[in-house]
Amino acid sequence: MKLHEFQAKQVLARAGVAIPEGRTAATPEQAEAAAIALGLPVVVKAQVHVGGRGKAGGVKLAKTAAEAKAHATAILGMDIKGLTVRTIYVERAAKIAKELYLGITIDRDRRRAVVMLSTVGGMDIEEVAATQPGKIARSWPDPTLGLRAYAARALCFEAGVPEAQREGVATIARKLYDVFRATDAMTIEINPLFIQEDGTVVAGDAKLEVDDNALYRQPELATYKEIAPDEEQEERAKALGFSYVQLDGTVGIIGNGAGLVMSTLDAVKNAGGSAANFLDVGGGAKESVVKAALEIVLANPKVKAIFINIFGGITRGDEVAKGILAVLRDTKPKVPLVIRLSGTEAEAGRALLEGAPLVSRATMDDAAAEAVRLAASRT
Amino acid sequence: MSVLVGTQTRLLIQGLGREGAFHTARMIEYGTAVVGAAKPGKGGTVQDGLPLFDTVAQAVAATGANTSIIFVPAAGAADAILEALDAKIAVVVAITEGIAVHEMLTVAAMLERSASVLIGPNCPGLISPGTAKIGIMPAENFSTGPVGFVSRSGTLTYEIADLLTKAGLGQTTCIGIGGDPIIGLPTPDAVRYLNEDPATEVIVIVGEIGGSAEERAAEYMQAFGKKPAVAFIAGRSAPAGKRMGHAGAIVSGNSGTAASKVAAFEAAGIPVATAPSEIPALVKKALAGR
Repeated sequence: MKLHEFQAKQVLARAGVAIPEGRTAATPEQAEAAAIALGLPVVVKAQVHVGGRGKAGGVKLAKTAAEAKAHATAILGMDIKGLTVRTIYVERAAKIAKELYLGITIDRDRRRAVVMLSTVGGMDIEEVAATQPGKIARSWPDPTLGLRAYAARALCFEAGVPEAQREGVATIARKLYDVFRATDAMTIEINPLFIQEDGTVVAGDAKLEVDDNALYRQPELATYKEIAPDEEQEERAKALGFSYVQLDGTVGIIGNGAGLVMSTLDAVKNAGGSAANFLDVGGGAKESVVKAALEIVLANPKVKAIFINIFGGITRGDEVAKGILAVLRDTKPKVPLVIRLSGTEAEAGRALLEGAPLVSRATMDDAAAEAVRLAASRT
Repeated sequence: MSVLVGTQTRLLIQGLGREGAFHTARMIEYGTAVVGAAKPGKGGTVQDGLPLFDTVAQAVAATGANTSIIFVPAAGAADAILEALDAKIAVVVAITEGIAVHEMLTVAAMLERSASVLIGPNCPGLISPGTAKIGIMPAENFSTGPVGFVSRSGTLTYEIADLLTKAGLGQTTCIGIGGDPIIGLPTPDAVRYLNEDPATEVIVIVGEIGGSAEERAAEYMQAFGKKPAVAFIAGRSAPAGKRMGHAGAIVSGNSGTAASKVAAFEAAGIPVATAPSEIPALVKKALAGR
């Protein structure tokens, strides 16, 4: 789950990281009033959950209150990568002398958090990582020790932080690490971290992404959750206990187990088709869950055929068959269904489906080919 | 022969709830030596014929348990793993899905200073066909034979085991290592166990998008492989930036792509199946070519 910049900055400010003074606004008038109250110049920033706001025109400098109002008028309602801007953040402009990068994320290979600091900030850090990896200093703190002072200092020496700011940046790195742990963050980033003309250090931007699996113990952060329009189906599916990812193709997919569903998507592609979604009903799905899954896939107008691929373990073939029969009875879908049932109670499931208006195939490859053929014949 | 689970296994259950009890009965049926369960507050009593203990340490002292399986819900599962490590359980298998990543960072740090092996979390467990199983897999898909099998997925493991079994290719041990971004026994470490196992004649490695464990496993086999291997990668058609069901199955930027994993295996001389149905033939070819 992602936080907006202003929310992440509030979290940082509470932990003692200096941030420029700022206010949120939902109308141009509020932005104008905020600019007057904060003192000029100000930066007017779109608050949306995507990167690249600046390039999209969502971040503007204003030297007067009227200019702040005009920028707010332009930015509010703006579409940035499919998301509509509803909130802006008006912030006192920093007097920038130098820009740094400071971020912490999870290093899967080392199974540790990795703290990254670079004096090449402000620009795309991923590009720096790819082209000049030596410009990013890294540290992998032991979580039982945290980021100790010596390790934060070493990071500053390695990155070449100016002497006057060394202790200050090291302190911010340690505070950021503590926030990273305390908020169950997947990623936390201050990019850029400004060294101002007067030598002080402030967070220019802030990104914070929280682990969805930890929201149960982050009640305050959980209230910040926003569901984007294109995530509504995915959230609905999650509430029902399965995972759903919308894709662009025409063959709807339902299966049990993430690896099997991924392989099913691949099988459809191997057969020359393309999947409309990923849908894993999980283990032990009952009739009602299978029915709900089918309804979600059927709600996608791009779907021209559906491939249901079940390898029964804890999931029983007869339960799956009952769910399918319920949908055939209640909603009479116009989209053809192809099913491949194997494993636990597969024979009982196939017997239940005998005579139903659907196509049954014995193997995953055959069923995928049939689903692709049916989808193609209807487009 | 087998690795990690076998006749030596003395299994303790952590989390004998409804799901835990169901799978415990299946494991006992299969022949696994289940010696008891840890259930705080119920020590000294008996459930489903198993003695209960308040703590894992007490269970170890009383029963000689050397392996544990964890069905504890996500919020308490990392604590259950840490308790098992603290009690020096040699092999800990965590079935639980949805453990917070920061909890797993702490677990990983403790694993570094422990002699124990953790399998999972978010995994089906492991099985040495014909001997014992520590997990939730339907046993009928597995059979005894020379194939060592490592997989990040659950159901796909059953599917491939079934294909192997029907092709007459039984298995030494199948290790379901789990689909989370941080797991106890990543692919290269699981492969190392099978590479060192004299009874395993060929290794099947089933990976998926996300992370770089498959690349490291390929490098390991290229440098130290004593036997042939066959690989399969799920998620070749998955788009970048989308999490495909498993918390760890995500392509971020250029990292974790199927293409990179396939290239790494091919560079190590390990053939990669494009569909699960191709795996048995590749395994037969690998066995014939030794």
